[in-house]
Amino acid sequence: MKSLQISLPGLDMKNPIMPASGCFGFGREFSQLFDLSQLGAIMIKATTYEPRFGNPTPRVAETTAGMLNAIGLQNPGLEKVMNEELPWLDQFDVPIIANVAGSQEEDYIAVAKEISKASNVHALELNISCPNVKIGGIAFGTIPEVAKDLTKKVKEVSEVPIYVKLSPNVTNIVEMAKAVEDGGADGLTMINTLVGMRIDLKSGKPILANKTGGLSGPAIKPVAIRMIHEVSQNVSLPIIGMGGVQSAEDVIEYYYAGASAVAVGTANFVDPFVCPTIIEELPELVRRLGFDHISECTGRSWKNG
Amino acid sequence: MIKKELCQIVSQAEIAEHIFMLTLQGELVREMNEPGQFVHLKIAQHFEPLLRRPISISDIQKDKNQFTMIYRAEGRGTALLSEKKPGDVVDVLGPLGNGFPIHEAKPGETALLVGGGIGIPPLFELSKQLVKQGVNVIHVLGFQSANVVFYEDEFTKLGETYVATVDGSYGTKGFVTNIIEDRKLTFDVLYSCGPTPMLKALENNYLDKKVYLSLEERMGCGIGACFACVCHTGDDPTGYTYKKVCSDGPVFKAGEVLL
Repeated sequence: MKSLQISLPGLDMKNPIMPASGCFGFGREFSQLFDLSQLGAIMIKATTYEPRFGNPTPRVAETTAGMLNAIGLQNPGLEKVMNEELPWLDQFDVPIIANVAGSQEEDYIAVAKEISKASNVHALELNISCPNVKIGGIAFGTIPEVAKDLTKKVKEVSEVPIYVKLSPNVTNIVEMAKAVEDGGADGLTMINTLVGMRIDLKSGKPILANKTGGLSGPAIKPVAIRMIHEVSQNVSLPIIGMGGVQSAEDVIEYYYAGASAVAVGTANFVDPFVCPTIIEELPELVRRLGFDHISECTGRSWKNG
Repeated sequence: MIKKELCQIVSQAEIAEHIFMLTLQGELVREMNEPGQFVHLKIAQHFEPLLRRPISISDIQKDKNQFTMIYRAEGRGTALLSEKKPGDVVDVLGPLGNGFPIHEAKPGETALLVGGGIGIPPLFELSKQLVKQGVNVIHVLGFQSANVVFYEDEFTKLGETYVATVDGSYGTKGFVTNIIEDRKLTFDVLYSCGPTPMLKALENNYLDKKVYLSLEERMGCGIGACFACVCHTGDDPTGYTYKKVCSDGPVFKAGEVLL
């Protein structure tokens, strides 16, 4: 497994595979199925300062090769995550990436400051791209100056490196990436979901109670690949790629595009064992493709030679 | 213990209009104990349809390592499932969720099992297990119309059975609640699965009784991780506390969650 070991800001990982935030809860359910210590890292469910119930149901709708979700950042709030979820996760030998969300600047700062003190939180993922909350969320992720400013303020209070999660719902993703790089981000995670809608044929109304939701799954993989291909050539931050990853082959495609690690989202719902399966299959694929180490694959689609 | 297994189809038949009975064989049957649990089926190997389909278990045959489901072919996923033949395999995750508490009904007591439409199937295994422990069972089954009535004979073999159809084309015209009231059916414990308006009516009518309801909700993962099937609790109807239908339910005591 030496061919998979990697180091990114704040993260020394056995392998570059981790479940994406919102697709793994706080790990409790999956811990009944496999040993979470096998994972490279875990991106836990978005944490806000106050608890959130989230949106009314229906919260999910299936689409062609994908799904829409509008959960609405349901979470037990900072205090419970600090006192219950993170201590529970401490039994596993795996770095935690805490996804930080909010509806105003002060929320992000307060959560980042506290949660970055937890001993097993090795990095933060700044969620400036959730499409399912009415206030904040995506606004921070679509205006470069606002994103830069927020990154800077969170960076000042955080005790661990910050990865900013970029939204694909922008005209110019490179501009956003450069802005958060200027703001002092240590890395990027991309992409969050694409805003979408499905309408029920019988009722003539949107299926999701929230009307719109975030599109994820294999359907969005080409969009993510294109965006990572573009961003990785224009910023010098490491990128954790995500969007429709289902197999070891998908992981390599993300690496070729320019990623340095890969998160698995929707696929966890389809096959709860998908992360350990990918981790098991990756070394052989890396070897078969003629590499000694997976990091040699990063940016191969645009690098010379 | 939740398992994932490729289970082989033993048989599949259309038992009423668009209603299919599917029997699968696999090792994970050993994990199935409670009536009212469900399995999550991946119907196609690839991306279409992407998500699993939650389907309740209607009959467990431990001696043969087989279990049966009865489902309605309605959307893309279930339509594809209905085309599968004996010998084909289906990717099954399960058993999932918490089923009906059968020991709430003591030997010699009477349990009323009330089902609506495609909510009826899990009541069959429930009835079998209740009868086995000496509980007297009464079934009240509601359907839209005669063409979708199924399993009346099977239930009748286990106990008293009444059928209602909304359009009156079979059995009593009306709803299951009409039958219970008109026939003055009495019981010690009520178990139900079906459409939410039916569950609400039962909950309101029998506030002083032991009532257990099985809920249906759109699900993502089926194991409690995605927060798609969350509902408010009865104690805290507008607050932050919640239950997940897939992993805390699908069976709840009446009043435990907000319908």
